Amino acid sequence: MDKLLLLGDEAIAQGAVDAGISGVFAYPGTPSTEITEYIQASKEAKERHIASAWSANEKTAMETAIGMSYAGKRALVCMKHVGLNVAADAFINSSITGAHGGLVVVSADDPSMHSSQNEQDSRFYGKFAQIPIMEPSNQQEAYDMTLYAFELSEKYGTPVLLRPTTRLSHSRSGVARKTPREENPLSLPSDLKQFVLLPSIARKQYNTLLGKQKAFEQEGEESGYNQFFDGKDKSMGIIACGLAYNYLLENYQQTEIPYPVLKISQYPVSKKLVKQIYDEVDSVLVLEEGYPILEELVRGILDEGKPVKGRMDGTLPRAGELNPNLVGKALGIDIAEGYEIPDILKGRPPLLCDGCPHWDSFGALNEVMAEYTKGRVLADIGCYTLSALPPLESINSCVDMGASITMAVGAAEAGLVPAVAAIGDSTFTHSGMTGLLDAVNRNVPITVLLLDNSTTGMTGGQDAAGFGKLDNIVKGMGVAEEHIRIIKPLRRLHDENVQVFKEEIAYEGVSVIIARRECVQTLARRMKLKHAKKKTEAVNK
Amino acid sequence: MKKDIIIGGVGGQGALTIATTIGLAALSEGLQLKQSEVHGMSQRGGDVQSHLRISSNSIASDLIPEGKADMIIAVEPMESLRYFNMLSKENGWLITSINPFNNISNYPDLEDVLSEIRKLPRYVTIDADKIAKDQGSVKAANIVVLGAASPYLGLKYESLEKAIKQLFGKKGDDIVQLNLKALRAGREFAEKNS
Repeated sequence: MDKLLLLGDEAIAQGAVDAGISGVFAYPGTPSTEITEYIQASKEAKERHIASAWSANEKTAMETAIGMSYAGKRALVCMKHVGLNVAADAFINSSITGAHGGLVVVSADDPSMHSSQNEQDSRFYGKFAQIPIMEPSNQQEAYDMTLYAFELSEKYGTPVLLRPTTRLSHSRSGVARKTPREENPLSLPSDLKQFVLLPSIARKQYNTLLGKQKAFEQEGEESGYNQFFDGKDKSMGIIACGLAYNYLLENYQQTEIPYPVLKISQYPVSKKLVKQIYDEVDSVLVLEEGYPILEELVRGILDEGKPVKGRMDGTLPRAGELNPNLVGKALGIDIAEGYEIPDILKGRPPLLCDGCPHWDSFGALNEVMAEYTKGRVLADIGCYTLSALPPLESINSCVDMGASITMAVGAAEAGLVPAVAAIGDSTFTHSGMTGLLDAVNRNVPITVLLLDNSTTGMTGGQDAAGFGKLDNIVKGMGVAEEHIRIIKPLRRLHDENVQVFKEEIAYEGVSVIIARRECVQTLARRMKLKHAKKKTEAVNK
Repeated sequence: MKKDIIIGGVGGQGALTIATTIGLAALSEGLQLKQSEVHGMSQRGGDVQSHLRISSNSIASDLIPEGKADMIIAVEPMESLRYFNMLSKENGWLITSINPFNNISNYPDLEDVLSEIRKLPRYVTIDADKIAKDQGSVKAANIVVLGAASPYLGLKYESLEKAIKQLFGKKGDDIVQLNLKALRAGREFAEKNS
């Protein structure tokens, strides 16, 4: 078969399709979005009726996948690293229930926070759940490991965590496919109480999980994804995890690596593998993308063994992603230098698009909020978070999905009246609805600006779960009908909209202003498609 | 054969299309390739970049090491400055459009930007917007820049033409022809003016 040119994300997706999944469950989030999008666009996936619609959030995605695994079929769950916080309850407990059909969880990390609010390392979650973790170093491994992860999952009846990072997720390379496998037939677990985590059953299940740990380590010794390469110079040994292994190789393009190297792409890492390299070298350099997880383990609390170098002693920066130069410097190699970047270069931060409805929503809000002291708008995660930057400078918070409404409730309870929450439609159905119910039950004086651009905009315009349902959801949560106001954020309606904001912000109860106008990006895409369709029809006539 | 290329611009300018075109051309010549892209937040009018590595041997890192890029291709002049540290002093070429994309309030004086570029030993500066307009549409400015880079890519010109046909084929023959003309015009400019 010809090689396919795939992003790391797409390699995982193709691997999952070829592993015989019956469903992919996900909420969009950079850098993980393209996995699900690839399956949604895949002809094979369509023919096989692989379930691939977006979930409302990562927790519902994870639980749906557990349900599919319960029913004996293979399921893939995808999210960005912070999404795993949302799914954590389901994720951690899925290690206790164990899997029936293969269950693979992809959590794509974003070191250097290219599109994220932190750079947490998902390998911690894998260790927390005590399940195997796969960390691919290239696109082919991403494909192969996905197939392997499903095998591993069914062999031990355990979920498996797959952890790509931004640079692999969003880098393309050639990938060779293997023969696709059939989907599993519908079948229930032989023990119908396996998924009932009553304490008495959970204790038994937990012991079963603990009992698998040794085997998980052994799998990592035998799978070939962790590899030892000997070297002549024993003054140092190098442990390189995931992508960091490529950066190591990059620094030895012309010559052989003189040091012994242990490449790690599968966890838990066994004592045997580490001992093999540790015993024969004078010092150890640990290269890992993300937190110094393995480095900390090698050092131990006392750190009194052989000298260990890595992120914790300043050999490598403690924060941010690695690159070939950082690794080269850690190896003491002379690094080529390019030209100096001229001083006149300016930063170019991202901006809301021309014609974006958020300009008009925040334009009206700003005019009304100018009458109050600053710092009253609690916001959320989406394109509209960019309204924190000049020229709008409208919002004062962005913490996690859904935190706008609940933070406004807390601030109002503290006496900050009025307080405004600004949240997008997709974020609202992701994690904002329960907060609105809290607000109604407490009857606090807050105004929620629900920015309905009818899509999940920041990640490229995926379907929003609440499309066409928002008015009824807000009503159903108990917001008084006369305080649910629907406006169209347009420049020519500015004065009208300002009046609506004025009235509702003055109201001493919960009000919701739904600012509804489609995202200009999805609108342009729809119009283009419509135009192309008309053109084809005209030609066919 | 090995070329490490940084492609820079502003989100929406077609920098990734240049990367994809070169990538397809490289594949058709049986070369290996790694192409790292920027997705997500920066695509909203922020700076975007792609690291494109093509080689007859296997490629290790997805990212090009600093000071090792054989070429910077920029569809916006100030954006070309952002990657000066990546460019090889031994043999690096910088190919850039001279048409600023001015969506920030503190954009530097264009003459200052161009004079920084002209300090380099190997560069092509091209009025890609005008040349693209002359070929039929300013939308093909990114392909004009690619054309200007084409003499130094180490790929066959026909491979690039084939890649354009492959990439734009779905959009109709008009678009394919426009981009082929843009590629040619960019190349002719570079051959006359470097």
